[in-house]
Amino acid sequence: MAASDYDVAIVGGGLVGVATAWGLAREGCRVALLDEGDRAVRASRGNFALVWVQSKGLGLAAYAGWTVRSSNAWTGFAATLKEETGLDVCFQRPGGFHLALSERELEARANILNRLHNQPGIVDYKTEILDHSQVAKMLPDIGREVVGASYCPLDGHVNSLRLFRTLHTAIHTRGVKYLPSHRVESIVREGGEFRLGTTQGEVRAGRVALAAGNANMQLAPMVGLEAPMKPERGQIVVTERLRPFLHYPVVTLRQTDEGTVMIGDSKEESIDPAGLTLGVSATEAERAVRQFPLLANVNVVRTWSAIRVMTQDGFPIYDESETHPGAFVLCCHSGVTLAANHALTVAPMIARGALDKTLVAPFSARRFHVQEAG
Amino acid sequence: MTGPSDLSSSYDLVVIGGGPAGLAAAALAARAGVSTVLFDENPGIGGQIYRGITSTPIKNRAVLGEDYWAGASLAAEAKASGAQIVTGATVWSLDPSRQVGVSIGGEARMIQAHRVIIATGSLERPFPIPGWTLPGVMTAGAAQTALKAHGLVPEGRVLLAGSGPLLWLLAAQLLRAGTTIETILDTTPRSNWLRALPHLADFLLSPYWSKGLALLREVRAKVPVIPVQRLSAHGEGKLQHVEYQSAGKDYRRQADMLFLHQGVVPNVNLANAAGVAHRWSERQLCFEPVLDVDSGSSVSGISVAGDGAGIAGGTAAVERGRIAAIAAVRAVKPSASVPDPQSVRQRLQREELGRGFLDALYRPADMFRLPEGETIVCRCEEVMAQQIHDMAAKGCEGPNQMKAFLRCGMGPCQGRLCGLTVTELIANERHTRPADVGYYRLRPPVKPITLAELASLPISEAERKAVER
Amino acid sequence: MFKRLGETASIVTIEVDGKTVRARTGDTVAAAMLAGGIDHCRTTPVSGAPRAPYCLMGVCFECLVIIDGIGSRQGCLIPVRDGMRVETQQGKREAGR
Repeated sequence: MAASDYDVAIVGGGLVGVATAWGLAREGCRVALLDEGDRAVRASRGNFALVWVQSKGLGLAAYAGWTVRSSNAWTGFAATLKEETGLDVCFQRPGGFHLALSERELEARANILNRLHNQPGIVDYKTEILDHSQVAKMLPDIGREVVGASYCPLDGHVNSLRLFRTLHTAIHTRGVKYLPSHRVESIVREGGEFRLGTTQGEVRAGRVALAAGNANMQLAPMVGLEAPMKPERGQIVVTERLRPFLHYPVVTLRQTDEGTVMIGDSKEESIDPAGLTLGVSATEAERAVRQFPLLANVNVVRTWSAIRVMTQDGFPIYDESETHPGAFVLCCHSGVTLAANHALTVAPMIARGALDKTLVAPFSARRFHVQEAG
Repeated sequence: MTGPSDLSSSYDLVVIGGGPAGLAAAALAARAGVSTVLFDENPGIGGQIYRGITSTPIKNRAVLGEDYWAGASLAAEAKASGAQIVTGATVWSLDPSRQVGVSIGGEARMIQAHRVIIATGSLERPFPIPGWTLPGVMTAGAAQTALKAHGLVPEGRVLLAGSGPLLWLLAAQLLRAGTTIETILDTTPRSNWLRALPHLADFLLSPYWSKGLALLREVRAKVPVIPVQRLSAHGEGKLQHVEYQSAGKDYRRQADMLFLHQGVVPNVNLANAAGVAHRWSERQLCFEPVLDVDSGSSVSGISVAGDGAGIAGGTAAVERGRIAAIAAVRAVKPSASVPDPQSVRQRLQREELGRGFLDALYRPADMFRLPEGETIVCRCEEVMAQQIHDMAAKGCEGPNQMKAFLRCGMGPCQGRLCGLTVTELIANERHTRPADVGYYRLRPPVKPITLAELASLPISEAERKAVER
Repeated sequence: MFKRLGETASIVTIEVDGKTVRARTGDTVAAAMLAGGIDHCRTTPVSGAPRAPYCLMGVCFECLVIIDGIGSRQGCLIPVRDGMRVETQQGKREAGR
């Protein structure tokens, strides 16, 4: 196959890129997925695997609706992937908790949720504030210091590493050309197609979709787009496998289907992906033990830090280029939660050649200029 | 016993590992007046080669041989040197600022070191044959530890399999202890003799030559040795029989115990997590740290000594420990008198003389490094060779992506028993070199600690704010 | 499995899954179990397959057992104490013990 024989080249082999690649392949497109190598800064290997709704969208009501849409699409998305690959990504939506360890934390929580749900145009769903005894009915192992929680029945989680593997398996079966160690260094539009200069030669495609996480900031201007990013580091602590004890995800603590407990999450300004701050892990551990005292003697087998993909205002960016028709950019923090949308909603738009403004207009990067002007 | 509260908050030198390199390094530094602490996670000092040297129940010196007992003076020297020696102390973290995380009796402490010598030694190269996870299959090193530290010998139908000097040493020690070894299945490829031949002259000058020959004679006189090209272990719930292929024919043999060995490789986990640069050694088929002439690593103030710096054996480890210690003393206390490093280097060169021959002769066959099909590669997460092949064929280029896809290396052993296999399998499938594939990126804790221990560590206001919000 | 070379002077008694096992002072838990004829120390949390000590030097984590009520301890690194209660660990560890 000649290098120019792709309908769409996707830049970025993370969850956003691979979900979009799968969606495009389902639409019959010939797709190339360009990725970096084994040691790339890779947010998809470092996420917390929540399919999360509660508290998202304060400041941009449309984001709440977009999130609920993906959450609702997840059951079908997971089932389709299982049909295609035989792999179960273990999507569950039992509802999720955000635990508070003091009255002050609980008040702050209630306040955020009030402001969120009072926004004009907000999608209609419930998040409740529960006291200790109400939480204890669903999470019997919580510690005495847990004063209460917010609970949203739409929240869920998934095995995100298996999702990553499942999507890679599925695109392989569907004939997507996966090109690792093809770091993209230049993109030009010439003769009605895009020419992507990579570390391993040129790749040509009719359309290009940028899904390179924080690196979209450098790539987007090459095709007349912009992606103002503000990366940050997060750290996670992971325990050994345990028998099931926790049947609901908590925003900072969840038990995977394999039995391990993931404990998060921090926000640090450092963007050195190799660095790790033990005091941050210690804080996470200390809060986890206060939330679930039975975890005190459990062994920590891994910690890691990863760089969050974060736009400057924290909301997704979906845009198409006016100067370079056929170029798209996709940026978001929640590559797991929004995977269903990327595969089932955004990919078909790219296949058709235009974004559906009724769905994604609020997520154009033009919003950053509006704020500047105001 | 030393507890966490007996430790200072900082030391001039922290030595990690109490084998020959660590003991020699701690002794030299402490005698030069440098405040030194040595941590070892085992119940006693000696490392693996001198395991149980201060406590072994074996009284007949001939069983373990004089090379073993040489460790006694090394241990005595370290104890008399003034170095603080803490056993049962697991170092689980080391960062580039030389903060050392250590856990003793379920309590974690952070110690600041001015200099660090990593002397964590080696571990046995993975030997991923079908059935290697069955109870009854152990490493040759495990049998040696059982003998040295606990006076235990295997019973029933005992088989040894593999390649390398340690296998022969174990066989001789077991025979001297009265154990019957049914047979030794020798996996050394015949073609290795051709590879080794150019190194023969050096080998003949080395101390390995006469010792090795005597050992081979001693063992071969009592145990049949069968060259094999295939090997697998079988049984329901535990080892019951071994199958092998020799000279093109298949055999099956009842067995109760099978001890495997195909050389040792550096235990790189702590150095890797500390950010020390490593490189692939094509000669020894493993990753080893990149070091300067003083054993200094790419991270300032951190050196690596002994077999963790690349396999050279126990007596060489002593000299390498001294070289690292001399550099540490000179950095911390320039006025102190230390031995001339040049004379130490000369002794080291003599010790290293026969290594090229041994590396070539005992280079393990591809067959026993590159498993196939349902053979387990990652023992912790039970990841099979075929899964690694499949993901590599789909474009997975390295062990870190493989870990994300398949969970290999994610269990409690943190890749120690699968890392090299995964790297080599990917290189093989993708027609690249292990040097290009690389190794797992490791992070603390390199050995598990409890959540409560992690929670007990010092936390700054900024670190707390990064989480509470 | 393994037998002792000669008799040992100093004996302690530990309990493994309710069964009394004699050990030498200075034994690790894993060594005592091997000498006591206990053929596996755990089943895996993945497939439930039985596993026994493999390396005896702290790197393989096959010898994980429950010691005095606390799970996932490395039997090859922990010396026996008279009266110690050891249990083989079945599959995934239970949180809280």
